[in-house]
This record gives sequence, C-alpha cells and structure tokens, in this order.
Amino acid sequence: MTTDTAAVQVGTQLPPLVIAPISRTTLALFAGASGDHNAIHIDIDAARAAGFEDVFAHGMLSMAYLGRLITSWVPQSRLRALSTRFTSITPVLAEPTCTGTVVSIDEIDGEQRATIELAITLADGTVTLAGEAVVALV
Amino acid sequence: MSAESLKGYRWPESTVDVERGRVAMFANAIGETDPVYSDVEAARGAGHPDLLAPPTFVFGLDLEHSDTLGVLEANGVDVSSVLHGEQRFTYHREVHAGDQLTLTAEFTDYFAKKNGALEFLVRRSQLTSGGELVAEMESVSVIRNGAPS
Repeated sequence: MTTDTAAVQVGTQLPPLVIAPISRTTLALFAGASGDHNAIHIDIDAARAAGFEDVFAHGMLSMAYLGRLITSWVPQSRLRALSTRFTSITPVLAEPTCTGTVVSIDEIDGEQRATIELAITLADGTVTLAGEAVVALV
Repeated sequence: MSAESLKGYRWPESTVDVERGRVAMFANAIGETDPVYSDVEAARGAGHPDLLAPPTFVFGLDLEHSDTLGVLEANGVDVSSVLHGEQRFTYHREVHAGDQLTLTAEFTDYFAKKNGALEFLVRRSQLTSGGELVAEMESVSVIRNGAPS
C-alpha cells in the first residue's frame, strides 16, 4: 500500500500477483466462505455428471485474486469499480498470475481516476479473466 | 418455467449482516494476508471500525442471501449447466464486519444466442445503508443448454 500514485501514468504496470496452484482444499474453503455451494466446484462426481473431467475453480475465486492485485497496490478505499469477463475455466491445480496495466487516467467526479486493464493468465498461457478496475489516484 | 420467465424477477428487500468470522474466513480462503481483513486490532489500528471486507466479498453475501442458484433451480434451470459469464462491482464505500446492509436484487435482462443453445440472464443488485448506496453488482449468467447431464 505504498504505491506513489503521483508517479502513476498510462502504461504503468502493477506488480503481478502470482498464485500458488489452486488446491481442492482452497475450493472447499472458498465454497464455504463465499456461499457458492455449487457442487461442480467441490465434488468430482457432480463435475463429471456436468461433462467436466474434474472440479474447477469458482470464477469468483479468481476475481477475488484480481481484488488482491488492486488492494496490494492502493488502499481498498480508492477502488471505485471492478469488472471482469470469465473467458475460460480455471482447472483445479492451475497457477494463475494476475496482471494489470494502467490504460487511461481521467478526471471523474472531481478526482483523478486510473483505469487498469486486468488479466489472469495460467501457466499454459490460457487467459481466464479479462477485466478492468477503476481506482482513484488522489 | 424457464430462464426467460425469470426476467423481471425481483427479490424482496432484505437485511444482510456482515459477520466478522465470515469476513476473516473469506480473506483466508482467497489467500489474503493483510491483517486488516482478518485481525480486528490491526483493522482498528489502520483506521477501520472493524475487519475490512475484501472487494468481492459482497458477491457471496448476495448469492447466499438471495439463494440465486435455488431460484434458478426452482425455475427449471439445471444449475450444473450455469456458468458465470461476467461480473462487475461499483463501490461507493467500503464494507466492514458489523455492517447491516439492505439488499435489493432483480433479474433485469434475458437473451439467447445460437438458437437458444446459450441463454443469458443479467442480474443487478444493490447494497445500501440508511438509503445510501454502498455497492452495486451486475452479473451475467450463461446457461449452456445441451450440455451433457
């Protein structure tokens, strides 16, 4: 939370957030903590019945990682908006890396706001989330 | 009963309590180690009234409180065929443990693609406190018809 936001400009890259392989335990804990009890994420039988080879991570777990990318860069009180498209599923044991690049800086509602293009990419190059955040710089 | 019939479905206004233990559990599950999300003393030391809820925490409150999957199921949608297509949050202020918020939600739009093989439901919800907006959410669910079951 020590980012010098005065130095932020278009093209500034956020320090990437590298996530350890997502375990089945993490999926179980996230199901309980998030209230998303869809069995497709925690029960391999349910996943197979729905045509998947195995369980896969909740999209919102990945989006929570995008949130961490932002809040480890600026205080959460600066976050104005966070959005994403879920472009591919995240298999269990995948290793996501979250990245962000400032693409514009505008004055909105009397404050300088940076729009940050966000992505999550797996080790094999698959992009799982493509999103955007808006943060106040001052 | 169908996904299309859910367009315009509005949840009754409800009250949502932000529980401290739940916030800490969520922070732990997402690997968040900043103690403002899990240690009350650290949170207060940083100027927060209580634990700070991570940005996407409110989605789970809404999902569970509204039983969105249950509503889909009750309307003939096989929830194992539902994928989350898009999600957006707009923030007006931070959410902390101990907050009591008012939740309203509605399926605002429905559309189909590929001759109905893919159906989309748009859901918008709002969290307010004393009539003031705290956070807004919009999600797009994708229903994959013809998926093996």
